[in-house]
Amino acid sequence: MAGTSFVRKELMGQTPPPMTSAGIIGWLRQNLFGSWMNSVLTILSVGFIAIILWEVLPWIVRSSWTASSLRECREAIDLAWGDHVDGACWAVIRERYLQLIYGFYPSEQYWRANLAFILLLVSLAPILFPALPRQMLWFSAAFPFLCFWLLWGGTLWLPIVAALGFAVGYLAFIAANRAAGQLAGAIAALLAPVVWWIWLAAPVSRGLDSVIGIGIEPVESAKFGGFMLSVTIGITGIALSLPIGILLALGRQSGLVILKSLCVGFIEFIRGVPLITLLFVASTLLNIFMPPGTNFDIILRVVIMVTLFSSAYMAEVIRGGLAALPKGQFEAADSLGLDYWKRQRLVIMPQALKISIPAIVGNFIGLFKDTTLVSIIGLLDPIGLTNNIRADVNWNGIVWELYGFIALLFFIFCFSMSRYSMYLERKLNTDHR
Amino acid sequence: MSELLTDREIDRSHMEVSDEVVIEITGMNKWFGTFHVLRDINLTVFRGERIVVCGPSGAGKSMLIRCINALEEHQKGQIVVEGTILSSDLKNIDKIRSEVGMCFQHFNLFPHLTILENCTLAPIWVRRVPLKEAQETAMHFLEKVKIPDQAQKYPGQLSGGQQQRVAIARSLCMRPRIMLFDEPTSALDPEMIKEVLDTMIELAEEGMTMLCVTHEMGFARQVANRVIFMAEGQVVEQNEPEAFFDNPQSDRTKLFLSQILGH
Repeated sequence: MAGTSFVRKELMGQTPPPMTSAGIIGWLRQNLFGSWMNSVLTILSVGFIAIILWEVLPWIVRSSWTASSLRECREAIDLAWGDHVDGACWAVIRERYLQLIYGFYPSEQYWRANLAFILLLVSLAPILFPALPRQMLWFSAAFPFLCFWLLWGGTLWLPIVAALGFAVGYLAFIAANRAAGQLAGAIAALLAPVVWWIWLAAPVSRGLDSVIGIGIEPVESAKFGGFMLSVTIGITGIALSLPIGILLALGRQSGLVILKSLCVGFIEFIRGVPLITLLFVASTLLNIFMPPGTNFDIILRVVIMVTLFSSAYMAEVIRGGLAALPKGQFEAADSLGLDYWKRQRLVIMPQALKISIPAIVGNFIGLFKDTTLVSIIGLLDPIGLTNNIRADVNWNGIVWELYGFIALLFFIFCFSMSRYSMYLERKLNTDHR
Repeated sequence: MSELLTDREIDRSHMEVSDEVVIEITGMNKWFGTFHVLRDINLTVFRGERIVVCGPSGAGKSMLIRCINALEEHQKGQIVVEGTILSSDLKNIDKIRSEVGMCFQHFNLFPHLTILENCTLAPIWVRRVPLKEAQETAMHFLEKVKIPDQAQKYPGQLSGGQQQRVAIARSLCMRPRIMLFDEPTSALDPEMIKEVLDTMIELAEEGMTMLCVTHEMGFARQVANRVIFMAEGQVVEQNEPEAFFDNPQSDRTKLFLSQILGH
């Protein structure tokens, strides 16, 4: 054991890493050609991608944009690129893209849909990016009512009266709270707006409209279609399913047995039933249970079903996030004297939601894509419209181009959501910064 | 076992125990299912006392102090804190919790908030202190625990000892009249234990009423005015530290002391 003792005289400074592990060469070596197995896989993958592009790119490029029927398209492609060349007939998109986007919405009213979409982005901005001024959130709160009015038209009083429902709920809460305590207040806050919306909102807005008529031309739900319909259903479902999902998840964890069983029952029932079934219930069965003569808007019915469906899944996702939090977080919040709602809002939810971001956004993306299922109950979303377009003699037999275009639009939406979720995860990562 | 905790002289000028009762526990019992965790606990704490609770693991030490701010519910007996009876009434519980600060073994800082935000959260939302004032208070206490320069960092970037000192500062920001410590140094490296204990000593020097569950016998000897020994869910022996360590009465205490001080 001689000579094992050692004392370093001078501490070593920092030195740069060797060439093989830094720079482009280092990157290539590490990521593409790390071992002979890696190198083989790299070459195979590159070959695979090349073959796909070799087949698809010519089809996309050797295309016709100007024809007015599938037959003309084929002739134009044959003329330009030679016989038996298979090319895309983008002319159908050129002719029908407005329909794929707006459905049968009256073309002189397109500006309303466009404006609603731009305002949607404005109202989303402060929610997505906390750096923006917080006052913008007031606009976000008003946007649903404004958007409803812009899209469906009619009297301006209806959305205003509908928004007043929240004020009615608040006043009922204050009054009942003062008169009969907190529980009565909570019940009144729930019941009063519902009463207001079902029985009072319509006559009141009619009355106001007859006094001061402000309105734009109404557009009925049957004319909604295309991407506008998907976005309407998708965004409403997304915006509503998150808060409902949070409440369901909290309810499921609650110590109140009845509340807990209600939440568990709801979640398990909804998760046990296919969305298609719920949509059929929305489109056909629901009317049977309604009093005769009531006209319960089909889009509203679908939105409700999609929201309920998604919120059940959301609840489970958030429950996962809650379960991942150490018990100490709850205890620390308790020991500081935060009450239940403050604890949830300030300590628990920010962390639980952060943990569940990937799953939540996954759910959102799923919901958005599930909106195409409404074509089955006869709503004219982009998929529903493809059948309409193919029913036209000129475009009979066209498939890839339409689905390709729809896929592209969906991809833009879903990919943005996915990128945003990654950005958010990075931003909220406070563990090792 | 190092007997001396700190080489400096502890300033005892403010360490006075008054006659004012701050916590009164009478006939308290607690069960987990059928398991009797706390058995007939009677304890009176006076203002300015520094009590160390020790005992073998599973003795119910943590459970006892967690009952005082209702993190655990007791099933029988009565706990009165600062004149408020601890019942299932949420108002009373919140009132007591805002009077009583607590530090945990695993710090339990909020990882999604900065150090400063951790310290201002409760004053702003519970006490309704204006943001500016809350931040000033927070900085004051962060200076006291000697980490004002970390205020903008996140808990994950701090060492264990620093995190525990932040946790102490966070509790102090609520201006508690009683501090509970649940094994505050058990999850720390030896180097860091000292910095946390130093902070606790300073707190004691200012006359804070403290209840500490700890295995730091040096701290008990030098700072505490009373040591409580618990085993099997009951208080077995309590005495002034001098008498407790030098002349333990019960066999259970003697066994415990011989085990932790013996080597």
